[in-house]
Amino acid sequence: MSHSTPLSDSQLSSRWLLHNDRGGQLLLLVLLLAATVLPYLNLALPADHPWHFSTYNLNLLGKYLCYALLAMSVDLVWGYMGFLSLGHGAFFALGGYVMGMYLMRQIGDRGVYGNPELPDFMVFLNWQELPWYWQGFDLFPFVLVMIVLVPGVLAFIFGWFAFRSRVNGVYLSIISQALTYALMLAFFRNEMGFGGNNGLTDFKEILGFSINEQNTRVALFVASAVATAAGYLCCRYIVNSRAGRVVRAVRDAENRARFLGYEVDKYQLWLLVFSAMMAGVAGALYVPQVGIINPGEFSPLNSIEIVIWVAIGGRATLYGAVVGAIGVNYAKSWFTAAMPEFWLFGLGALFVLATLWLPRGITGLLSYRGRR
Amino acid sequence: MKYLVFLLSMFCVLPASVRADQLSDNSLINSLSAELTDRKTSESAIDKIIASSDVRKRVWLEALLDGKMYLQKSDKLMVIANRTGKQYEISDAETNELIGTVKKRTLRKVSINNNLRKKLRSAIAGLALEDADPRARLEAVQRMMLTLEPDQVAALETLQTVEQDSSVQQALELALAIHDLDSTDEIKQLQGLEKIGGNTSDTAVNRLQSLASGDPASAVTVAAAQQLEKTRKRIALYDKAETLFFGLSLGSVLAMAAVGLAISFGVMGVINMAHGEMIMLGAYTTWLIQMMWPAAVEYSLIFAIPAAFMVSFSVGIVIERLVIRHLYGRPLETLLATFGISLILQQAVRTFISPQNVPVANPSWMSGSWVIDPAFTLAYNRLYILFFSIAVFLLLLWILNRTFFGLKVRAVAQNRDMARAMGAASTRIDMYTFGLGAGIAGVAGVALSQLTNVGPNLGQSYIIDSFMVVVFGGVGNLWGTLFAGLSLGVLNKVLEPWAGAVLAKILVLVFIILFIQRYPRGLFPQRGRAAAD
Repeated sequence: MSHSTPLSDSQLSSRWLLHNDRGGQLLLLVLLLAATVLPYLNLALPADHPWHFSTYNLNLLGKYLCYALLAMSVDLVWGYMGFLSLGHGAFFALGGYVMGMYLMRQIGDRGVYGNPELPDFMVFLNWQELPWYWQGFDLFPFVLVMIVLVPGVLAFIFGWFAFRSRVNGVYLSIISQALTYALMLAFFRNEMGFGGNNGLTDFKEILGFSINEQNTRVALFVASAVATAAGYLCCRYIVNSRAGRVVRAVRDAENRARFLGYEVDKYQLWLLVFSAMMAGVAGALYVPQVGIINPGEFSPLNSIEIVIWVAIGGRATLYGAVVGAIGVNYAKSWFTAAMPEFWLFGLGALFVLATLWLPRGITGLLSYRGRR
Repeated sequence: MKYLVFLLSMFCVLPASVRADQLSDNSLINSLSAELTDRKTSESAIDKIIASSDVRKRVWLEALLDGKMYLQKSDKLMVIANRTGKQYEISDAETNELIGTVKKRTLRKVSINNNLRKKLRSAIAGLALEDADPRARLEAVQRMMLTLEPDQVAALETLQTVEQDSSVQQALELALAIHDLDSTDEIKQLQGLEKIGGNTSDTAVNRLQSLASGDPASAVTVAAAQQLEKTRKRIALYDKAETLFFGLSLGSVLAMAAVGLAISFGVMGVINMAHGEMIMLGAYTTWLIQMMWPAAVEYSLIFAIPAAFMVSFSVGIVIERLVIRHLYGRPLETLLATFGISLILQQAVRTFISPQNVPVANPSWMSGSWVIDPAFTLAYNRLYILFFSIAVFLLLLWILNRTFFGLKVRAVAQNRDMARAMGAASTRIDMYTFGLGAGIAGVAGVALSQLTNVGPNLGQSYIIDSFMVVVFGGVGNLWGTLFAGLSLGVLNKVLEPWAGAVLAKILVLVFIILFIQRYPRGLFPQRGRAAAD
């Protein structure tokens, strides 16, 4: 399999990270504008002003940006490493659950049962004390660490076993799907202590700010935009680095890279761990914006949907993932509101058409036009 | 109701005397009417009924026992009466025809004392023992079991020598053993214990338990405790056998769902995520056939199997022609495209049929279960599906290994270019191979429709399990798929009792994930040139 690489060797030595990365430059510019102009249009202009940007739309866009970050993490492993992950939803959901646990602890005694120590669902299940794995989740710095640590450790264990024994291709995809499926079944169990079927919800505040407040929503949006921009820069840095080139070499000719003396599995492992951490951050930003996290996020369907965002946007470009995630989700929101019956038909057709006729995605199509 | 009104009016119009004349042929029950209603002679009258060879005597005896036998004073006719409010609804004891509703004072009850009641009861039970239907005999023995009279013992013992039906024979043995246990003779009790030990029915276990908790010094208690232990061991053994059966049953379903996948994945390198929907289509075909010919539910499955095969086969061919053939050699892309197809098919079922589950009936020969022992029963539907899936598997194996088509399929799988050079039309073979895999899934759908709910999500719930089976067994190896399916099914059911259903499933998934990471090519990896990617 050969893929167009955004940068050639000579360009890699250039001083600036985004040198000759037109897509990336454009993406960062748009993100910068979005993070500055949209909050201004939302906060400074009165609600009846024609230029006013509603909080609802801002929130929706913030959600899409979380998806974009997630899609980038998938593109990193799929586009550059050749690992079609059907389980990235698991890392996303784990990050989300960590944030959800923090938000649950912030509810304090304002829950339905008014228990200052235990979340509502634990009171409901007659639990007497907080399980050990819920300890510390009321401290925000600890939570910040766990957001990247929990998905990272899972990815490390999974990848360590898988890459060491050279599981690849379809097998790796299928067991990554089994991973998220197993986690979904596990989180559905009440005994797990994560709210079972209902998940975690009814959040009140984050860092002392009410979660439904307009200002908080704007802040979360800006945070999502910044995270997406930072995620892009990190990914671009990794891809352009020596390690990134090794990983690409592995994708295209694994045995050759191995014979050249590279410890292939180590590069693969660390890239997967980084990607999982990114997905975790995306999940953590996502949860306060939608107000709920439940085991449905682990469903294999969700993970496959992420892959289709990347496929539609164009893989191995990073910015393509962002375009795909936002584009497909915008279409989804529009379709499910306008004609709910047809969304799954549309999504299904997208899968088929994108693989048959758009192997390089929308961005691939655009750059092809541009070159001609 | 109309009928009743008609009869009532008939009764009002016809003078009673006419009716008596009509029954000039005085039969047994009416000839005994005087004797029956006289307390002094009623016993001998009942004896006469018991001794007679009249086929209706059981109805009469039961009516006598239940106190429903009356004499209609006006015409001295024996009637069987059911009380409805203040009135009595009577029917002719002789002809069993409904006569009408009358007042209490027009009737005289045939009164029965306790002594007679006992006699009637044993006579009725004895009659049931002679019933032609083994189920009626079994019921009679079971009813007698706990209150066995000395004269019934003789009847049971004679029946034991001639009884052919095994379940009745077992019940007889148990009844006689319990009778021995009730005796005051210790030797007889010990003999009874010897007979009852190992019998796993609730009655026997309860009796043993009560005996075992008696006086610890007595020999009977010690023996009862021993026999109870023996029974418990046997129940535990049967439990294990039942777990194994459930495991094999689940495994056969998994294997059948996976074997079609193993063909398209193993032979063609295509990841068919729409495979689950092929199963779903098969199940819906079964439903459709039952809808079209509701009268022929009994035979619906026989028609459904070829129909489901054809439906899924055709859909598979269409998918192959339109999508898959453009994606050969790119397995990850086929995964995405077929996933899209699965979404479209699911939504199509939701839109055009119903988002709810549809009811699929079980033919009567599929329901019920085979009782090997009270503690060990095998459901017929699971048993048949187990055999059916093995049959499907063997058929498939025969097609691939013993037919010319199979030879070509294997040749294309091993070396496409060489096979083409030798004259195999590889594109057409690809098409039929994919269709075959899809068709087998349709057949699996027929089987699944007999076990689970049929709805738009039917396929989705099996696709991941099917992939696990294929990958665990080793791609490109049908025996591996069968073995993997059966062993994963058994593993699941063995874990279930102590881990719970969901946790058992999680554990199996984790086991497979770890297993694949240790043995990336599954249990039975392909070797040789074909294994090279």
